[in-house]
Amino acid sequence: MNDPSEYSRRKFLFKISLLVNGAVGAVLAVPVLGYVLGPILKRNQSYNYWVPVGNLEQFPAGETRMGQYRNPDGTPADGQTRNLPCWVRHIANNQFQVFAINCAHMECPVHWFPASKLFMCPCHGGVYYENGAVAAGPPPRGLYEYKYKVVGNQLMIWAGELPTLSTEASIARPGRSPCQG
Amino acid sequence: MPGLKQTGLNLYRWFDRRLGLAKPITEAAEHPIPKSSSSWWYVFGSAATVILVLQVMTGILLALVYTPTARDAWNSLNFLNHDLTLGWFLRALHGWGSDFMIAIVLIHMAQVFMFGAYKFPRELTWMVGVFLLLMTLAMAFTGQVLRFDQDAYWGLGIGASIMGRVPWIGSKLVHFMLGGPIIGATTVSRFFTLHVFVIPGILIALVGVHVWMVLRLGINEWPMPGRLVRRSTYMQEYEAEIHKDGIPFVPDAAWKDALFAAAILLGIMACALFFGPIGPTGPPDPTIIQTVPKPDFPFLWIYALFALMPPKLETPILLIAPVVVICIMLALPLYAGEGEKHWSRRPVAVLMVTVIAVSLAIFTQLASKAPWSPVMNAWSADAVQPKFLKGRTPLERHGAIVFQQMQCRNCHSLDGVGGQRGPELDRVATRMTENQMIRQVLQGGGNMPAYGSALSPQQTTALVRFLETMHGSERPAQENSQ
Repeated sequence: MNDPSEYSRRKFLFKISLLVNGAVGAVLAVPVLGYVLGPILKRNQSYNYWVPVGNLEQFPAGETRMGQYRNPDGTPADGQTRNLPCWVRHIANNQFQVFAINCAHMECPVHWFPASKLFMCPCHGGVYYENGAVAAGPPPRGLYEYKYKVVGNQLMIWAGELPTLSTEASIARPGRSPCQG
Repeated sequence: MPGLKQTGLNLYRWFDRRLGLAKPITEAAEHPIPKSSSSWWYVFGSAATVILVLQVMTGILLALVYTPTARDAWNSLNFLNHDLTLGWFLRALHGWGSDFMIAIVLIHMAQVFMFGAYKFPRELTWMVGVFLLLMTLAMAFTGQVLRFDQDAYWGLGIGASIMGRVPWIGSKLVHFMLGGPIIGATTVSRFFTLHVFVIPGILIALVGVHVWMVLRLGINEWPMPGRLVRRSTYMQEYEAEIHKDGIPFVPDAAWKDALFAAAILLGIMACALFFGPIGPTGPPDPTIIQTVPKPDFPFLWIYALFALMPPKLETPILLIAPVVVICIMLALPLYAGEGEKHWSRRPVAVLMVTVIAVSLAIFTQLASKAPWSPVMNAWSADAVQPKFLKGRTPLERHGAIVFQQMQCRNCHSLDGVGGQRGPELDRVATRMTENQMIRQVLQGGGNMPAYGSALSPQQTTALVRFLETMHGSERPAQENSQ
């Protein structure tokens, strides 16, 4: 207990040096964490912009066709991954529904079958009606839907991020089919 | 010659005087192990380490050419496969090495569990082993992403979907995983960083700790029924055993490890040679949706679970089950650190390994067929067979055309051809009456979409008339009132 070597100047300086090192480390951690956490510090929806998906002639009334847009956010190294498809349903008179390509279950690309008027997913058997409502399978909700507007001859959608259950596309979920009760 | 030998010896001494490694390395190699542990059952851990070395070496060689960007990765894989001398073989070695690695690690884990080797004093060795398994699986998943093809692209979507299900911070996790708002260049580069720097670093460090503890605590003795592990006496008993009839690991036991590792390496080389590199499949272009994305072999069972879980329980199971399973595996040696080691006295352990192995095999087998998925081209690829058209009226034949056009066969098979999502329809008329069929077609239900808005009344009539002929030689179902 009373050993004077326990309180030596060197031991005190060693403890001070640890403190100084810790403080410098904490200061260094701020920019490092800022860099690493950069992608999540952006506000929700702040990735979204109005982007064109095609001319109106590409989407005849009463039909559902594939549209395509270049994602507004990205880098030159994205290549083809920045070209994203979506399903455009032209109901009538410039009334549209624009669906994300991604199944609401596990993000696989849904296919449109015009004869049976169904979207089918190749992965786990999700099926949707033409209005995006769930028809069968495991999806927890209908297809993700983008906000749209018609500017001149162009159809624009409000898009920019991969839609998931917590990063939905820009519109609230479509209603369930009356057949689903 | 004696002069040369003397020069070599002098050189060795010069280095060892400065490094001082000869003594500890020799001691580690010759550490005594129980005679009973010199067994072919004890070779899996060292084989996994040898495969790790192979993976690191082939990985470094692939990184000489691979380009970790979303734009160029797929092209660089094809360049490796087709244009670079033996590039295909290096890719094949790395890909098959990964599958062998997971298999050997799982066998090693099952063996350690069945032999009770996780019990005192080797609890921490087991726990580090659990993290080694997780890191191995993480390497397999990130490696699958770096093979940046259609499967990798949509596989990332599945990862994002799981992240997006986390309450409150789901969107943040999605952006953190993808490195941005979509699957793109920042996603590929961060999976490259994980696969090449972060996870291998952790993996190699943990292997070091794992092997250090194996050397420090000694290799598990061959379990004997009735010989119980007690914390108070185990160390003395083990010391006494290796003192009595212990043998040096090198060379008396190590030759089995070395031979097995060589056999495994040969196996990997044979698979690489005969089956070739794994992928890449189509280009990672999201506008090309003609694809049926599937994960690699080690993750097929998860793919099956996604399709077969009750949808309402999916999110809780996805988020909670992995945590629970990992916690149970970590807690196992703390709960069962003492007692019986021999499998014949541990029926629950044997049952657990059997059930888990059989379940994984069944789910993997199911996923390779994926009967829950509609066959996306069944309606256009396979015509209704002539035998279902013979002797039918024009209206019934029109129904067969409706059946074909409306993609019914994406989900329903005729004579074994078509989807398996719904029941086969060869004999549907023996199960359902006309009214029941009309209701099922128009209203759907039981996991079938409603076709009320897609079919005209004429089409519905024709379709159901056709289906009514599908009863083979049996009597068709009838309403009670008829």
